[in-house]
Amino acid sequence: MRELFLIFISAVLVNNFVLTYFLGICPFLGVSSHYESAIGMGFAVVFVMSLASSICWIIYHIVLAHFNLIILEYVVFILVIASLVQMVEMFIRKYSPSLYESLGIYLPLITTNCAILGLALFMIIRDYNFIQSVVFGFSCGLGFSLVLVMMAGIREELKFSDMPEVFKGAAITLITAGVLALAFMGFSGLISS
Amino acid sequence: MKEILKKGLWENHPIFRQLLGMCPTLAVTTSALNGLSMGLAVTFVLIFSSLVVSLIRKIVPPQVRIAVYTIIIATFVTLADVFLKAQFPQISKALGPYVPLIVVNCIILGRAEAFASRNTPLRAIVDSLGMSLGFIWGLLVLGSLREILGNGSIFGVTILGPYFERWVVMILPAGAFLVLGFLVAFMNFLEKRKLNAIRPPSLKLRRTVLRSFSEGGR
Repeated sequence: MRELFLIFISAVLVNNFVLTYFLGICPFLGVSSHYESAIGMGFAVVFVMSLASSICWIIYHIVLAHFNLIILEYVVFILVIASLVQMVEMFIRKYSPSLYESLGIYLPLITTNCAILGLALFMIIRDYNFIQSVVFGFSCGLGFSLVLVMMAGIREELKFSDMPEVFKGAAITLITAGVLALAFMGFSGLISS
Repeated sequence: MKEILKKGLWENHPIFRQLLGMCPTLAVTTSALNGLSMGLAVTFVLIFSSLVVSLIRKIVPPQVRIAVYTIIIATFVTLADVFLKAQFPQISKALGPYVPLIVVNCIILGRAEAFASRNTPLRAIVDSLGMSLGFIWGLLVLGSLREILGNGSIFGVTILGPYFERWVVMILPAGAFLVLGFLVAFMNFLEKRKLNAIRPPSLKLRRTVLRSFSEGGR
């Protein structure tokens, strides 16, 4: 139990996917200009990450490791993730049109999100067991959403602030992310490893 | 051909203009050497996957094209990863999971979809060469800046003596965002200056010139 809690805290705050591993930077910079869309994207990512971590774990340990096909892991993972996202999209559209309305447009974006593949790779590198992988996937998604929503809040304020012309757009967003990363460094003492 | 090359190197620079391929850009540029090796790995994958995509562009049904491109890219990434692990284990260790993450690098899929799938193999290779050279110099600049500021060295050779107080934050993740942010702003500044140079002189300047003329006539 203690170990699971440590994984959770570590993935959400200390080793946040976006701010320390730079995974999922593209949606982080792309979808963070509006507060509402950031929340929608956040939910979609939490959902897909929890699912992807469990399915990738099963496939890696039961199929690939068993048949000694580990060299194929990247090809298999990316296929699994792409088809998983596609299936989730179809499932939600069929059974919960209202949820599809709110999540739908963000789902295709997730396929190309490096955070999902990164999640599967980290899970393998750290040799997590099944439960740990699911918790890891869920907390990484939560950490991603937390930072995404914070960033969206800051960027909505930034629109009204006065700044030099050349910094407008991507430049100031990156610098803001840098300051946010500095702030998150404060959490690094939470877990001693 | 020259135009295509120039686009990748400057006009549509993948890092500074299109903000693509951010995760390797920010993560591995803690030193100039890491940046360079990442750039070379991406070059290999980009050139070969563009070539293959361009060769098979007439056979692939459009509905499944993205899946096909992804598999092609993942195959070349596996090759690059295995090669690095066998020949340069240290570099492979330093780059960590960011080598396999080239699979989802938007530069490669973007070039496959936007250029290679619509052009002849030769043009596709020139285009990916331009893009990867642009990517390499971007990574080199970022990596060198961070290494110099954060460690006082470049390619592992110390250039700033003990009097230099190291900015450790530059090697940490936060520094990556800050340096890239300022570099993007600098590129915007260069672009703006170029635009201003082409435009007619500003209103203020014209007024001064007019005034000097009228005063001279008096």
